[in-house]
Amino acid sequence: MALTITDLKSKRQIADKTFRVAVLLGGTMILVILGVIAYTITNRSTDAFRVAGFKFFTGQTFVPNGSPPVLGVLKYIFGTALTSLIGIVIAVPISLGLALVTTQIAPPWLKRPLVAVTDLVAVVPSVVFGLWGVIYLAPKITTLYKHVSDLFDGVPVLGSVFAKVGSGRSFMTAGLILAVMVTPIITSIAREVIETCPQTDRDGALALGATRWEMITGAVMPHSVGGIVGAVMLGLGRAMGETIAAALVIGSSAAITANVFSSGDSLPAVIALQWGEANATAKSALIAMGLTLFVMTLVVNFAATAIVTRSTRRMQGGS
Amino acid sequence: MEDVTSPVPSPELLQDLVGVSGRRKIKNLVMTALMVASVLVITVVLAFVLFTVISKGWGIVHTKFPHWFTDDIPPTARRVGPGMKAAIVGTIVTTMTATAIAVPLGIAGAVYLNEYGKLNPFARLLRFLTGVMAGVPSIVMGLFIYVFWVLPRQQEGLTGLAGAFALACLMLPIVVRATEEMLRLVPQNLRDASYALGGTRSRTTLTVVIPKASAGIISGCLLAVARAAGETAPLIFTVSVGAGAVRNTNWNVFSGPNTALSLQIYSNAKETVASAQDRGWGAALTLIALAFLFTIVARVLSARLSKKTQ
Repeated sequence: MALTITDLKSKRQIADKTFRVAVLLGGTMILVILGVIAYTITNRSTDAFRVAGFKFFTGQTFVPNGSPPVLGVLKYIFGTALTSLIGIVIAVPISLGLALVTTQIAPPWLKRPLVAVTDLVAVVPSVVFGLWGVIYLAPKITTLYKHVSDLFDGVPVLGSVFAKVGSGRSFMTAGLILAVMVTPIITSIAREVIETCPQTDRDGALALGATRWEMITGAVMPHSVGGIVGAVMLGLGRAMGETIAAALVIGSSAAITANVFSSGDSLPAVIALQWGEANATAKSALIAMGLTLFVMTLVVNFAATAIVTRSTRRMQGGS
Repeated sequence: MEDVTSPVPSPELLQDLVGVSGRRKIKNLVMTALMVASVLVITVVLAFVLFTVISKGWGIVHTKFPHWFTDDIPPTARRVGPGMKAAIVGTIVTTMTATAIAVPLGIAGAVYLNEYGKLNPFARLLRFLTGVMAGVPSIVMGLFIYVFWVLPRQQEGLTGLAGAFALACLMLPIVVRATEEMLRLVPQNLRDASYALGGTRSRTTLTVVIPKASAGIISGCLLAVARAAGETAPLIFTVSVGAGAVRNTNWNVFSGPNTALSLQIYSNAKETVASAQDRGWGAALTLIALAFLFTIVARVLSARLSKKTQ
């Protein structure tokens, strides 16, 4: 009898231990995969870095099939930065507006539909936005671009930002599509952050005679600003890595220019578009561009996570 | 204050609108209008995109029904007419394989984080890395699987399985996060009750905690599936040589190149002939319908869950 009980016990203990090890392995997979990603991608990039050296980041010509191959991706880094910047500049006010309407202005019955609309935007696959952008939006929006371009013609700085209009496939169109795509990301995080603002703070502001807008700027915003900055950075990370929509609407002609209506190229777009006809050196260069993109998004995401964690800790600390 | 003295008709309205408090009211009104405008902008854009996709895609999906779902993709871009079976099958098999890989791993990881690791340093590190992994661009996942899996196998490496690996990498952090959040909602006294009855930790987790959180976990997983089904970038490097080059149905994930709805949308969007673009719109409609279906089921599940817990 006693034997069977200890037998049973040890069997159960073994099962328990096995389970523990299994779930631990599941968790460790995250660490392992990230490690392997970093290692394999870096490893494959060395060929390109050996050919180009530091010029990889500063060179402006990219002819991977030439002999000798010239690998400079500065133009693509510029394109990535410019398009995601345009995307963020457009997306931030819209996302904040959406988050504030949902949490502060809308009557309770309207909240669910508002959240649903934002979430639906997130569900639409990026390639569908790309298809819509390249076939439908790009040809039509050139008229609008031309108006804007004429309006600022001759104006010192804005005249060169909104300069000659090309085909409609441009930095600006890519930025617009990216804005639509990152809006739900920024909105949902901003909404959560804003909702943690204590009701007493808001009531206090209103009791002091503040209008709703003053309540938002005086009570809600100071409380939420850290989290919102984090949300924006996460959106920026997503915008930089977005590939397909950008690849379709950016126009694929590398350029460093202040003109947002000019065609350009970005890191992920070039990787996707040139992959098909790439030889070994070119593939290594494209993978090295992937590594560059990986590092860029890592930096942005690290900063975002740090900001969000710090601001939530402060909020929970009661400030 | 000085504005109040200016001679304009209807003094009551003026008192209200032009005085100091009036200026504040106007500012409040303008800002409220701007915020509401942002809602309109996003709603109009969404409606616009959906309307375009439905109106342009419905024709080809609907003509000669059900050939859209039963015919392979026409061999040349110029050939008019339906056929998207290869891509529909490709999307289904790669996404399902990815789910079969990512969901068990993700749930196991979340169980470790919430039931075992809790706040210890390793669990904290894993939680942080989950966030990092969620931020890795999908195209990098594709490149990773290309280098890691496809390259050593050359042509034979280009399969649905390779695509599924890349999609699984993308889904894993989403599943871990969603599951952990759901596990955290399970009340501690349920676990204590199970321990008091002599249940071991593994038993408690498998028979009490996970079933209790199941609706939420399934909902989170479905959202991850919807996200993976719409992804294009990871598949470009992993399922075939050129994006969307495969036109024949391949049910076998383990061998032979494959295609997907997203790849067909991408390759047809680059075409200039109307016949190809039509197929692109049709594929977009099919993909959106699929993604929305998953999302709606997930929402219904989580709504039912929140009703139950209330």
